[in-house]
Amino acid sequence: MALRFLTPLSFACILGAGGGAAQGDADAGQKVFRKCAVCHQLGADAKNRVGPHLNGIFGRAAASSPDFKYSKSMRRAGNDGLIWTQNTLDAYIENPKALISKTRMNFPGLGDAQDRADLLAFLRSYSDNPADIPEAEPTAQAHMLDPAILKIEGDPEYGAYLAGDCTTCHQRNGADEGIPSITNWPAEDFVVAMHAYKNKLRPHPVMQMMAGRLADEEIAALAAYFKDLE
Amino acid sequence: MKLNRRVFIGTGAAASAVLSAQNVIAAGHAKPRVVVVGGGAGGATAARYIAKDSKGEIDVTLIEPTRMYYTCFFSNLYLGGFKDIDDLGHSYGGLAAGGVNVVHDWAIGVDRAAKTVSLAGGASVPYDKLILSPGIDFVDGAVDGWDLSAQNAMPHAYKGGSQTELLKAQIAAMPAGGTFAMVAPPNPYRCPPGPYERVSMVAHYLKANNPTAKIIVADPKAKFSKQALFQEGWAEHYEGMIDWIGEDFGGGNVSVDPSAMTVTIDGEETKVDVCNVIPAMKAGRIAELAGVTEGNWAPVNAADMSSKADADIYVLGDASQQGDMPKSGFSANSQAKVCANAVRGALTGSKVFPARFSNTCWSLIDTNDGVKVGATYEATTEKIAKVDGFISETGESADLRKATYEESEGWYAGITSDMFG
Repeated sequence: MALRFLTPLSFACILGAGGGAAQGDADAGQKVFRKCAVCHQLGADAKNRVGPHLNGIFGRAAASSPDFKYSKSMRRAGNDGLIWTQNTLDAYIENPKALISKTRMNFPGLGDAQDRADLLAFLRSYSDNPADIPEAEPTAQAHMLDPAILKIEGDPEYGAYLAGDCTTCHQRNGADEGIPSITNWPAEDFVVAMHAYKNKLRPHPVMQMMAGRLADEEIAALAAYFKDLE
Repeated sequence: MKLNRRVFIGTGAAASAVLSAQNVIAAGHAKPRVVVVGGGAGGATAARYIAKDSKGEIDVTLIEPTRMYYTCFFSNLYLGGFKDIDDLGHSYGGLAAGGVNVVHDWAIGVDRAAKTVSLAGGASVPYDKLILSPGIDFVDGAVDGWDLSAQNAMPHAYKGGSQTELLKAQIAAMPAGGTFAMVAPPNPYRCPPGPYERVSMVAHYLKANNPTAKIIVADPKAKFSKQALFQEGWAEHYEGMIDWIGEDFGGGNVSVDPSAMTVTIDGEETKVDVCNVIPAMKAGRIAELAGVTEGNWAPVNAADMSSKADADIYVLGDASQQGDMPKSGFSANSQAKVCANAVRGALTGSKVFPARFSNTCWSLIDTNDGVKVGATYEATTEKIAKVDGFISETGESADLRKATYEESEGWYAGITSDMFG
């Protein structure tokens, strides 16, 4: 599994900025887009290349561009109902693997909230569905992930007990057929992902339900348990 | 000391709980002893977790008559041709290797004063804590005309294994345009969507192999689990094949004649080619013999699955009467982990965490058309109470339904490895 390392501070913003406090500048966003343009096309003759084209991305279901070969993780998210909105795109661009665990998008993320807001403002100008832009349609509530949440030391013994709820489906040995592996997931990624389910940013009804009742300490305990599982 | 090899298999741990044919109880036993009766989703999980987590501090004996466990969950997929019977079979070798003393025998009695379980083979097994996870038996006289002696003519196929294979063979032997009848059970029963997934899978098989065949379901209930999803799927995939007769149309007024192969629903007799009778259910008989049942089921405390009749006996899974959880393999597995944590705490002083439960039931309607329903639960002083839940929606995309089916296969691999190691 590809491991990523971000500082706790940058993680802390992931779920928060999507609420859309930052107003984006499309012209500034065009410059930010240069980082994306290596793989993604936009505009009249845009085609899928290394990444799918991004015309009409707002309101589009994840993994729904025809003829593009998405990762299994991205297809799962699409099937589970992930729609690209201001909120979900913002979370994805900040830390791709926190939202889509094994995305093929090999991009470390944009830590700066203003850069993301600018980029999204630029992308939005290539999406023709006004119902999906934040001003036209209320986006999900902002969910600030308190930096303190990421500092909680998880109790692996409690995590081992709580893991009983997970291992009915997710195999300890890391098997990945039908249901993804959660074994040896870096603790920070685990915590961010579980809060993303809890806050209904990540789709999937079972996981939203399971994460929904986990307290912050419990998520930390599970992360502490799974990260070192043999 | 003599080890009775007909009774015992397993490694290391078996030798420390030696029995002879003369009901000898191992004397001077220092370690606490847990006996688990029934090696299904509840019992196998509880035995495995206690052995694994106590790291040798507790002797765990599992009593289970069959040498291979055939899961009832996914058995409908075998009927539909999506699984082989061997896909459903699991040995107890992994549990034995994990330190569980696996005894293949029938538990035929519990002496609660002496704290022993007696076995059909003659042995008597002592316990400090006894976990009963015997699954279901059928209520005598529940379907007029049917009793266990008729299970070959009219199989229930509601315990995995030979009955499942028999029903499949009977469906395959149906004449062209023949009739498959099901007598569905009243609530509460094992696997609420199970009969309807079975109808779907039989229809799937017949559509491909015997497309003019018909399916009749006599149901004592007015509604059933995932009804909208199943009925949508039946209309889409098997139009005109399935006739579901619910309570409102006399589906509960049913009798069968196994020798004549007839089913009479609300006074109307029909000659059928296959009749799958799923009678009303009750806790597996050993729970009743242990004196922990009230009516058909064994009431338990939600916090640890302990019997309300005896603090040293726990009842898991289908046999228990616990509150809001459906009777399912997933539920039993979930309850087993709560119970294992509590039993270990009681015997060794290990930390006991608060009870929490969950369940998800996947059903297959047709190829790559999977649906699911699930919920989380907590322990209150009265019962296991539902906290939150979800259900698949009608009209979902084909991709989502396919993903749901693939997820169910992942779950099957997950739960069986959680049960058997």
